[in-house]
Amino acid sequence: MFPTPIEKTSLNSQRLYKIALPIALIFWLLPLIAVALTSIRSAGDINAGNYWGWPTSFNMLENYTAVFTNSPIGHYILNSFKVTIPTVIGTLALSCMTGFALGIYKFKGNMLVFFMFVAGNFIPFQILMVPVRDFTLSIGMYNTTMGLALFHIAFQTGFCTLFMRNFIKALPHELIEVARVEGVSEIQIFWYVVMPLMKPAIAALSVLVFTFIWNDYFWATVLTQGADTQPVTAGLASLNGQWVSSWHLVSAGSIVAAMPPVLMFFAMQKHFIAGLTLGAVK
Amino acid sequence: MKNKKMLFKKKLAAAILATVFSSSVFAGNLVINSDTSDPAPKKAFEELIADFEAANPDVKVTLNLFDHEGYKTSIRNFLTADAPDIANWYAGNRMLPYVNAGLFEPVDDVWEENGLNKSMASAAAAMTIDGKKWGVPYTYYQWGVYYRKDLFAANDISVPTNWAEFKAAGAKLTAAGITPITIGTKYLWTAAGVFDYLNLRTNGYDFHMALTKGEISWTDERVVKTMMNWKELVDAGFFLENHAAYSWQEALAPMVQGKAAMYIMGNFAVAPLREAGLKADQLGFFQFPEITKGIPMAEDAPTDTLHIPANAKNKVDAKRFLAFVAQADVQTKMNITLGQLPINANSKAGDDEFLQAGFKMLSNTSQVAQFFDRDAPAEMAKAGMEGFQEFMVKPERLDTILKRLEKVRARAYK
Amino acid sequence: MRAYWKANQLKLAPWLFLTPGMLMFAIYVIMPIFQSVDISLYAWDGLGEKTYVGLDNYKELMDDEAFYKSLENNIIWLVLYMLAIPAGLFVALFLNQTVRGIRIYKSLFFFPFVISQVVVGLVFSWFYDPTNGLMNILLNAIGFDSIAVLADEDYVTYGIIVAGLWPQTAYCMILYLTGLNSVDSEQIEAARLDNAKGWRMLWYIILPQLKPATFIAVVVTVIGALRSFDLISIMTSGGPWGSSRVLAYYMYEQAFSEYGFRMGYGAAIAVVLFLIMMLYIGGFLYKMYRDERGR
Repeated sequence: MFPTPIEKTSLNSQRLYKIALPIALIFWLLPLIAVALTSIRSAGDINAGNYWGWPTSFNMLENYTAVFTNSPIGHYILNSFKVTIPTVIGTLALSCMTGFALGIYKFKGNMLVFFMFVAGNFIPFQILMVPVRDFTLSIGMYNTTMGLALFHIAFQTGFCTLFMRNFIKALPHELIEVARVEGVSEIQIFWYVVMPLMKPAIAALSVLVFTFIWNDYFWATVLTQGADTQPVTAGLASLNGQWVSSWHLVSAGSIVAAMPPVLMFFAMQKHFIAGLTLGAVK
Repeated sequence: MKNKKMLFKKKLAAAILATVFSSSVFAGNLVINSDTSDPAPKKAFEELIADFEAANPDVKVTLNLFDHEGYKTSIRNFLTADAPDIANWYAGNRMLPYVNAGLFEPVDDVWEENGLNKSMASAAAAMTIDGKKWGVPYTYYQWGVYYRKDLFAANDISVPTNWAEFKAAGAKLTAAGITPITIGTKYLWTAAGVFDYLNLRTNGYDFHMALTKGEISWTDERVVKTMMNWKELVDAGFFLENHAAYSWQEALAPMVQGKAAMYIMGNFAVAPLREAGLKADQLGFFQFPEITKGIPMAEDAPTDTLHIPANAKNKVDAKRFLAFVAQADVQTKMNITLGQLPINANSKAGDDEFLQAGFKMLSNTSQVAQFFDRDAPAEMAKAGMEGFQEFMVKPERLDTILKRLEKVRARAYK
Repeated sequence: MRAYWKANQLKLAPWLFLTPGMLMFAIYVIMPIFQSVDISLYAWDGLGEKTYVGLDNYKELMDDEAFYKSLENNIIWLVLYMLAIPAGLFVALFLNQTVRGIRIYKSLFFFPFVISQVVVGLVFSWFYDPTNGLMNILLNAIGFDSIAVLADEDYVTYGIIVAGLWPQTAYCMILYLTGLNSVDSEQIEAARLDNAKGWRMLWYIILPQLKPATFIAVVVTVIGALRSFDLISIMTSGGPWGSSRVLAYYMYEQAFSEYGFRMGYGAAIAVVLFLIMMLYIGGFLYKMYRDERGR
């Protein structure tokens, strides 16, 4: 192990490490802690400029209720789900197939198609913005959660194909050879032989795509508007414009908006990190 | 018994009919998009809609609220893509792009049938493009200087009426450790209000309008004169420190806390200032003082308007709504809540002292500008306001800024 | 038909599986690139008719101060964003222990990456607020004057980059933690016997083994730096007076914002950004191609 395990060092440095850990963490999360603390202050404290002193009252319940009752944030969150869930399903469906095709078969153009998907990942969004907006308009999907999801599905397919293809390529190829000899059709191989083995990859990608899409802001502003369709990132930006200097509400709203991916992360941490660190180890 | 059954059946039939008809024939659903998310305008619109629904029970109104700054970008999108039946916007050059693109519906018939050509004659010009009317105005408001009476009194300052007095007042305030003028330029337009007044007072209304129409070079020495006046204020520390970090709402705080004494703003600032606790004997208003002697005092008084998008689904009810908003008594009531002035000549301005002051001030002038970003086309407005913001922080860059604006002028007014 | 399928299944199957994904990708990603290049040759407000102007948009770009400012900021972003890599390695080394509760610490350190950039932007705007922000309260406490980071043309870009580095460092940290997990312990022991310690150990033994992690860290950090849109939009809208704009934001502003809607000009900016990115994508693909060949 590197660095040297702390238990093998002197008692003093062990103590030092144990003290340094929480201090470093507090320092690291300082901006976030500030927001969490602000979100339970009263409007009176905020107006009086008492941001960092001891709060005169703890208004956690009031503030968070206010966020839900005085603003359409509940609706925004619902919209986020309406965009995120279809995207996760659609992307996985598409990329399981593309990953399978590129990982299993040797054919002319395999590398070319694969590189196209990979390169697509790195494209700056801005070059897609105007045409995608026009296209979405022309098929009547502008300002719908589905229209936004469709774009996300297409774009995320790039990254997910890379992931799936590498994952499938690493599966034992003999399995497939055996199935072929037995006369199993290619479609059955996909469904009955390969798909069951892809569960970990599917789990990892679901969490990753969920987080990416939940946190998307750019496309939300390009393809949706208003509380009926906008996901919570764009909604929060808009509420920030209405709540000027009501920092206790902005803070509470931020925390509410951040919650779902955070919960998702803690629940599925293993898969999340597996997905994120793909390729970090040879 | 039998009778009862019959009656029940009849009732049932009637009920079914009613639901069928109310959902298909009579009930109009009217969608309104608006940026009235600040408390007072929000309340005014909610009341307006409730009154309209009471007077027109067959129409159901849906109000989509946008935040003030975000709305300005959203409107293009929804006008083309997912149009409401009514959208609020601004008069003057600001509606030109949408009119040119055919996104607004002309509403001459609404003006015609409701006698608005007479009752709203004052706003007719600002609503007309290519000989047609493109919307109905519902409010306007004065701009000017809002100030802390108590701070003025405590420092022995009387309301300034000319440039020398204005500067002297500022000097006294700075000496007392008070910032003379609060301002938040994060969203740029507030700086344009200051520019408008300095230019209107330095060079007059005709010059100002010619400049925003692109007929005058930004490097013209008269523009430089305006900017040099501004520079005097900047150099003397008139404006709130770090103003580029604040929105206009955030800039209210120093005035409420007594750290700043004046705010060059529109009358919509009165409501939040009172809300924050300023009393009648603390908050006052005066007309922006004279700079160049003898030039008539022109004012900024932006008009807010309602429009029917060309892609609206329910234009019939939308026109009813516009006609409703145009009524004298409706405008009277609405503007009292808004804390602004009605357009309809038969309406009454509220008793509020600031409304009366504004009404009196505006009645004395025929020279009314809409506002920098409504009088100048979008591209020029954006570049101009960015330049003003930069100038307020780095006044030594005046030459560079004006040259840049001149370059934009050459392109923006094609 | 059936017989044909049976006979050619191996040839047909891949294309069958590829079609839906490729179709979507072509419609939403590949074609728009060419459409954008096309639009960049027109003057178009997105509402009325397009007018062909040839290369005028690009000529205007060459003479546009705001464009150069954005480009300059893009470069600052690229360079400084790279700090996330050593910073991430440092945090990873710090946390690569097995004391009790370390797993929770690792998760909490990773936390900023899970949060939306919108929230990160709001959090840091609040942190930088000149009157009541925590940063200035701390500065004042140790005797310095407040700095309005987001309203100062000299600081603003750096201020936003710091906000961006926060989640990006977390990302690099997790990459390195995973990498450190699989470092060959025999090599370390052998090196220890040779008296290699600290920095020398890190440099000669550990880092070479972390190469794959470093490679991915560089890739994602470069993408992150060039996509720096969300934070700028939330924290400053490109201000003050345009000093925090980058190409991605400038493009959006020209094409979509309140005073913009110059679709052609915006598209031209996007094309330039795309070309810069293309250099990088090309390099990445070349490396991938070599790796694939080498297998």
